[in-house]
Amino acid sequence: MNWRRAWTIAQKEYTQFFRDRRTVAATMLMPLIQVVLYGYLSSDVRYQPTVVWDLSQSAESRQLLEAFTNSQYFSMKYRATSMEGVVRRIADGEALAGIVIPPNYATLLHRGKTPQVMVAVDASDATAARTSLSVAQAVGSSVSAKIERKAIAARGIPIPIVGVDIRARAWYNTALRQEVFIVPGVLALVMQFTMTFLSMSTIVRERELGTLEQLVVSPIRSSELMLGKMLPLMTIGYINVTAILLMAIFWFGVPIAGSVLLLYFTVLVFFFTTLGMGILVSTLAKTYIQATQLIQFFLMPSMLLSGFIFPVDAMPLPLRALSYFVPLTYFLTIVRGIIIKGVGINYLWPQIALLAALGLGVFVFAVTRFQKRID
Amino acid sequence: MNATTSVHVERLGKRFGDFVAVDAISFDIRAGEIWGFLGPNGSGKSTTIRMLCGVLEPSSGTADVLGFDVARDPEAVKLRIGYMSQGSTLWADLTVQEHLRFYAGLYGMNGSEREERIAAWMQRIGLGDRRAQLAGTLPGGYRKRLALACTLLHSPQMIFLDEPTAGVDPVSRREFWDIIVGLADEGTTVMVTTHYLDEAEHCNQLAMIYNGKIVARGSPEELKHLPQIGTTVEVLSNDTVAVLDAIEHLPFVRGAGLYGSSLHISLSDAAEIESLNAAIAARGLSAGAAHSVLPSLEDVFSAVVQPQ
Repeated sequence: MNWRRAWTIAQKEYTQFFRDRRTVAATMLMPLIQVVLYGYLSSDVRYQPTVVWDLSQSAESRQLLEAFTNSQYFSMKYRATSMEGVVRRIADGEALAGIVIPPNYATLLHRGKTPQVMVAVDASDATAARTSLSVAQAVGSSVSAKIERKAIAARGIPIPIVGVDIRARAWYNTALRQEVFIVPGVLALVMQFTMTFLSMSTIVRERELGTLEQLVVSPIRSSELMLGKMLPLMTIGYINVTAILLMAIFWFGVPIAGSVLLLYFTVLVFFFTTLGMGILVSTLAKTYIQATQLIQFFLMPSMLLSGFIFPVDAMPLPLRALSYFVPLTYFLTIVRGIIIKGVGINYLWPQIALLAALGLGVFVFAVTRFQKRID
Repeated sequence: MNATTSVHVERLGKRFGDFVAVDAISFDIRAGEIWGFLGPNGSGKSTTIRMLCGVLEPSSGTADVLGFDVARDPEAVKLRIGYMSQGSTLWADLTVQEHLRFYAGLYGMNGSEREERIAAWMQRIGLGDRRAQLAGTLPGGYRKRLALACTLLHSPQMIFLDEPTAGVDPVSRREFWDIIVGLADEGTTVMVTTHYLDEAEHCNQLAMIYNGKIVARGSPEELKHLPQIGTTVEVLSNDTVAVLDAIEHLPFVRGAGLYGSSLHISLSDAAEIESLNAAIAARGLSAGAAHSVLPSLEDVFSAVVQPQ
């Protein structure tokens, strides 16, 4: 290993990277744009516009609707005077839920009978619909319980205390803030996308230009060329990580619960995976266009399987098994662990070890393949 | 192989799948020689050069460059040679100076040694005051000059130039050849490919390659006197195209082609000149009498690649 030759490559890469202002801007701004977008785009389904057809028009029915409103998941935006009106609002997409209260609602209650209230939810988006439906059920039971207690109290019987009192507590992200969960995810995702893409393009471009051939004829070794190419990419990676963390702290007020040093170390471990994938693809592809298409076979599945969007524990078994081969899965767990939970190496070492093993495997395979192609 | 031999190639071959790009060729290049490799595109010139530089692995045969077996010890060869490949090898977003510093760095130069060499080569190659210009904005001729300077910066013992003058204007081409001849005079061995046959006159030794096989070799003078070429005659006329039409299919004409404002006609024997003159006169075409001339390298090439 001749360090001067590696450094010569690195200098050239730095010069080229910083000369192209558009690439610099794109590479530096994209992560921040992603943090902002993911941070504000919440998957929370609160305040669903709701259409109401209240045939009862009683104090009791108003109480029921109030309970729905207080849940914060339903917002009574429209009033309908027929079933057709309810259907039309939902079909138009103006309302996502409809509540129909029967005319005998209050009378049935007074007679001690159980009236039926219809809650219809637009279930096109199954996840959102599931939330709305379970909130509706919960509203129903709590209103029923209240009515029951009132009825019992009215008969002058002391209210028996039975049942289980669940004390639910949110740990780590106590305020249940979406951005606290999303920031570490975006950090991991940006590392994966930006680094893989940059390392892939820097080598494929040389091949396309014909300059790779010129480098092959020079005395430079593959290892020196690799190191020289990787150094500037790692710099860019660390600039991105730092920018995202600063954004998280000062813009979103997301605290870093754990050790920043450990975080930066695991980023280094993750470089093996991302840069290795980039090199691997550039040994398979002849042109830049080909490479950008090939890399999707790696990036898309690993994003979906990693637990960035869908929790790994909720996946069907074969997919969950597959996710254990995705380095991003481990990196995501580690980054979330450090930033949100503040756990240290004593909890995270198995993930770090597996990430390192997978990454080294990819990297060594890629560099050996590259050697064959270039020599 | 002795000290005066730079390249020794024996039955070197390269196949890509079923396609034989280079078919077991053998040749030697002496130190300090300008060795020209002539042939049309796709005949195997670049493939051979790329094998000699250690870019491509040969399928068969051996090649020694500067005393090292390219297949076994490519790194030893790479340290001692310079290679200018066909097409652009520059980064459009780096300046002339950045290119030269980069290549200097790859060969372990730095500090004042590096700067002195860069200044010296910029002067010699004629890059003048373009030090700070981006390679992408250089005119074609200057791009080739920069590529050549990058190749020569580390003073290689031998240089391989693959079509160095392709797409270069005539004035720059002449200057290029002045540089190449100068380098050879200083003892650098030069292997150069070209399909400009007029340029080949600058070479000490030539090999003509066609479909992966060497079909003729020798100095330019020797090639022009190859027995299979026969006699070449020149006919001057104001209507060369009509004359060409008239004589092309005569039984004793082996080949004919336009050569500037005249015709070059290849005959088996000098005795046939009279019959040729008679044939032209019989058609009532106005033309000067045919007289024998030294064949051009183009005549030689078309003669040696003709199906026997």
